[in-house]
Amino acid sequence: MSDERETLGSSSSVGAALRELGRKLAQGEAGTLLVFIMVAVIWTFFQFQNPRFLSPGNLTNLMLQQAAVATISIGVVFILLLGWIDLSVGAASGFCASVMAVLVVSHHVPSVLAVLIALALGALIGLFNGFMITRFRIPAFIITLAGSLTLVGLQLLVLGDTGTVNLSDPFITGLTNTFFPPLIGWIAAVLGIAITLGLSLLERARRQAAGLKVGPMRSLILRTAASGVAIVAMVAVVNQDRGLPLVVVIVFALALATAYLTERTRFGRHLFAIGGNAEAARRAGIKIDHVRIVAFVLCSTLAAAGGVLAASRLYAVNQSSGASDLVLMAIAGPVVAGTSLFGGRGSAWTAILGAVVIGSIANGMNLLALSSSVKFIVTGAVLIVAVTIESVTRMRRGAQPA
Amino acid sequence: MSAASPLLCLKGVSKAFGANQALSGVDFEVDAGEVVALVGDNGAGKSTLIKAVAGVQLADEGTFHFNGKPVKISSPQDATTLGIATVYQDLALCDNLDVVANLYLGREVFAKGVARTAYIIDETTMEQSALKLLESLAVTTIQDVREPVGSLSGGQRQSVAIARSLLGEPSVVLLDEPTAALGVSQTEQVLHLIRTLADRGLGVVVITHNLENVFAVADRIIVLRLGRRVATFDVRGVTREDVVAAITGAEFGVGADIPKETA
Ligand SMILES: Nc1ncnc2c1ncn2[C@@H]1O[C@H](COP(=O)(O)OP(=O)(O)O)[C@@H](O)[C@H]1O
Ligand SMILES: [Mg+2]
Repeated sequence: MSDERETLGSSSSVGAALRELGRKLAQGEAGTLLVFIMVAVIWTFFQFQNPRFLSPGNLTNLMLQQAAVATISIGVVFILLLGWIDLSVGAASGFCASVMAVLVVSHHVPSVLAVLIALALGALIGLFNGFMITRFRIPAFIITLAGSLTLVGLQLLVLGDTGTVNLSDPFITGLTNTFFPPLIGWIAAVLGIAITLGLSLLERARRQAAGLKVGPMRSLILRTAASGVAIVAMVAVVNQDRGLPLVVVIVFALALATAYLTERTRFGRHLFAIGGNAEAARRAGIKIDHVRIVAFVLCSTLAAAGGVLAASRLYAVNQSSGASDLVLMAIAGPVVAGTSLFGGRGSAWTAILGAVVIGSIANGMNLLALSSSVKFIVTGAVLIVAVTIESVTRMRRGAQPA
Repeated sequence: MSAASPLLCLKGVSKAFGANQALSGVDFEVDAGEVVALVGDNGAGKSTLIKAVAGVQLADEGTFHFNGKPVKISSPQDATTLGIATVYQDLALCDNLDVVANLYLGREVFAKGVARTAYIIDETTMEQSALKLLESLAVTTIQDVREPVGSLSGGQRQSVAIARSLLGEPSVVLLDEPTAALGVSQTEQVLHLIRTLADRGLGVVVITHNLENVFAVADRIIVLRLGRRVATFDVRGVTREDVVAAITGAEFGVGADIPKETA
């Protein structure tokens, strides 16, 4: 067995690397690469159809448009990791944003406080979902679907007769309408790259000091370079338009915090364990219901945050805030980008990547002025393909030699 | 039978499921450093006995002695606290997690200092101890402890499950059908591992259907039939035919229930 590994490393290394890549693609392990290829294809296609697609202005708009759904998706990742689904995130985002808007506009509550109340309300909704699911063993999709309907009703109630509350509060509207000057953008980019590289090097040094195996330096540098190029390109693009949007920084910070929580902490480890094999997690002494409830609280809180960002971008909250296809998009995004619908596999970053993929398709079709019928059909087809790929790779993994 | 006070000793264990008497007055004992094979036909009561010891399904009657002292096992935690570890037939591993994560599931090690306040897991320390543990068990077939358990072979998975049960430093390990799903060479690995446990001074109880395995690994054989202990053999002085006869009851004729002890 060890002989085999050594030969792989030397003589036929290119062929072996290609074969390894093929295997990873087939089993969905190289998901991130696949998503980047998908984005490249989508962007190339729409750029040929409409040269304005890749303009700095449109790409910045794409980020602003997708910030809210990406935020909701980050929350959804927690639930997907458990192998469950939360169909109430759209309604929760709309309801919490409505409460915030009404508090600010009609009751003159300070906007920062109103936002915090909206987030706390989101946490409460998650607590309710988690409690009902773990205590009464109600399937997650049933209780969140029913809760969704209730929340829509509450939203209509809160918004009252006119059904629309316009927002002009500078703090709230500023969330999605603040742009950093170019220099700050570059500093953020350099900091981002330096921190990623620094952490990877530190981890590598620690493993080496402990006498553990480390991967080749080359692949570490390659990975950092790839994400570095992406970050630099993004800042270069937004700097040609209005500058780095505050909301992009917010979304990245949320994804980073979630990545840390899911990949580095015990809570995250238990989340993955429950998604992989709940019975094994239970026998290992993990309080699986506690973990599940916390996941639902985080999910709904992030849904509320997404609702606040959506309200900020729209300068208003209305009856259709959080409605329509928002919930589907928020769940589909991470799945398109490689988070499993069946639990135990995924990452916070897929929320952002998925929002870019789905947002690009929607944005591109808008530029082409396609009818809603076509837009729905195309988006639906993309989701069907993504879910099918997910299921097929899952089957392949299952069919490995045991 | 063995010396004055065996490591784990059960007396008169009975368990009924309604009218079905799964265990009737069974005595059972395992000593430090020995492998006891618990054999018997389907439905003989092997799993029921193991579950009573593991605390997952309580017996109706019976006394338990551990290290000569009377003890009560009324929950899995009780068994764990006493130092009794169980490897279930379905293994209970998380396929999506790597070997290290599975070994330490539920008992993750936290990093020290600032990282501790942030609840960060100390992957380096866990991986180091995982490697040490596997090495001490002479598990050499696992190349990469960062590989997801789902991509390991059945024998490797079984090794992980057994290694995992040892983290709490138990003195008795119960294994329910550890080789049932394995091929020849993987069975070999697992039997070797079981032998290693006993050589380290643990009391090991193995349930198995496979008599070849029994003769390969066990020191003593305890035979259950229809909820009763019908025979006890020392592997060195017994033939397969004797064991089969005890399992099927051929020796006594069908329906015979006279317990016979051969020590
Ligand atoms: N949970 C249960 N409920 C009812 N009957 C059971 C249960 N568990 C075991 N039994 C019965 O007890 C007897 C012994 O079963 P078991 O201990 O599983 O046998 P073995 O493991 O030796 O094959 C069988 O007759 C079986 O049907
Ligand atoms: Mg059984």
